[in-house]
Amino acid sequence: MLRVGGTLVALTLLAAVIGPQLTPYDPARQELALRLAAPTISHPFGLDELGRDILARVLAGARISFLVGVTVVLISTAVGTLLGAVAGYFGGPADDVISRLIDTLLAFPGLLLAIAIVAVLGPSLINVLVALTLIGWVGYARLVRGQVLRSREFEYVQAARAVGANSAHILWRHVIPTAIPALVVQATLGMAGAVIGEASLSFLGLGVQPPTPSWGTMLNGGRAHILDAPHLTIFPGIAIVLLVIGFNFLGDGLRDRLDPRQSQGRS
Amino acid sequence: MSRFLVRRVLLTLPVLLGVATLVFSLIHLVPGDPVQAMLGESASQDDAAQLRSRLGLDRPIYVQYANFMRNTVVGDLGISLRTNQPVSRVITERMPATFELAGAAMIVALVMAIPLGVIAAVRAGTPIDHAATTLALVGLSMPTFWLGPLLAIVFSVMLGWFPVSGRATLANLVLPAITLGAPLAAVLARMTRASVLEELRELYVLAARARGVSRARAILRHALRNSLIPIVTVLGLQLGSVLTGAVITETIFAWPGVGRLLIQSISARDYPAVQGCVLLIALTYVSTNLLVDVAYGFLDPRIRYE
Repeated sequence: MLRVGGTLVALTLLAAVIGPQLTPYDPARQELALRLAAPTISHPFGLDELGRDILARVLAGARISFLVGVTVVLISTAVGTLLGAVAGYFGGPADDVISRLIDTLLAFPGLLLAIAIVAVLGPSLINVLVALTLIGWVGYARLVRGQVLRSREFEYVQAARAVGANSAHILWRHVIPTAIPALVVQATLGMAGAVIGEASLSFLGLGVQPPTPSWGTMLNGGRAHILDAPHLTIFPGIAIVLLVIGFNFLGDGLRDRLDPRQSQGRS
Repeated sequence: MSRFLVRRVLLTLPVLLGVATLVFSLIHLVPGDPVQAMLGESASQDDAAQLRSRLGLDRPIYVQYANFMRNTVVGDLGISLRTNQPVSRVITERMPATFELAGAAMIVALVMAIPLGVIAAVRAGTPIDHAATTLALVGLSMPTFWLGPLLAIVFSVMLGWFPVSGRATLANLVLPAITLGAPLAAVLARMTRASVLEELRELYVLAARARGVSRARAILRHALRNSLIPIVTVLGLQLGSVLTGAVITETIFAWPGVGRLLIQSISARDYPAVQGCVLLIALTYVSTNLLVDVAYGFLDPRIRYE
């Protein structure tokens, strides 16, 4: 599972990095005479509603997916780890405020809050990043808070406190490292969530705006042509599914490898 | 039990307050003047002043907040700019469609997940288990906004079995329900497998077999029956993702529910309706979680004393 996931993610990353070299077509170049043309040898994925090469756009779209995934996961992990560690380690009013904020944000199911935020901020790539990060950090904070609550009672942490180490040092050197395996798993699964999140918002017309190629935007464009040109829908969708399966397999595999206790009761 | 119930309800109150506060602040996140954003650049000063007054945006923020909270408590969500009707009425009209879709999706999910999960548990460690587990993981990775169009291509365009949009007949419900139910089925199948596997290791299953109960009966009547509590709990807790998925599914299949209303309201910059839809979905989610928790506490006394 780990290997399959890793391979799928690595191949998509490779496509994102060297994609433009793999196809002679520019993702923005239009051949209006060939609008909606079905796949051929020269255009293996066919052309879209504006006569643009779908393969070139799928490869370019991989860059957006990785950009969103990496940015959202890095910022969410940093913010979530910091707030979760502060809440768990210090307790008291800091924990109360952070925990109530976490509870409130968790009261909005899935992408609903992201949809609402982008709806008021306006559709753009930056606003997608803002919205997904605003809802993304919560999961990491909850995870780290739980881990910190457990590990702050460990003897070596109390020993560090007894020899006069300050709180920041104890958190950074002794407490947060215990949460790293679980964070790595969560971040990997979070990449899948961010990729789907961006694609969902773009599909609804609230994310990346045309002509920038994003898989969700491409699927949105394909909706109007589902009867006459289903290839507009099929290829970007396959790309999303393969990358998300890759991250989910990788996350599950990493959980089995890094955190065997959690995987025992799990399917 | 009553102390557990009171404590659980009291714990929900700050969450409800937080949800309402966040929904209130949405309109204030609009870059620039929200009234100008709603009316467009060409709106006259008079129109803008009139709308600002109608929405109460010309009052101090604390007055706006107090009014929003008071109105929300009595179910007054303002007037929709797009339809000029009370938002609560517009949403109420759309709710049956969303609940119909969510209910059908949950039934589809159970019908797909339980056999898959039970077979995977009974054949744990075999290629059948690996195939079922992989299928569930693939289902989890399949976004509704791709599965929906794919089902439409196969079953509407190629085979002509089901209509592709609308809510005229029961046949219209099939593809949206499968689209929305499939990811939920994947979650439930994983849960069913883990839960049944745990029950199969229990002594009472062995005792039943020792009494001469057939393997199939021991699995279905004993192990599966006891596994159903966590499965139904997860089903309840997944309502949130079903409601969010409904936003996308209703958009794909032109299903006239609250999710589609939300997207239509966003396109029209009808912020009172956007706030109303978001508030309603979040409140439904919080209430369902509360009900599931209370029901679980009622069924399993250990939960009450935690």
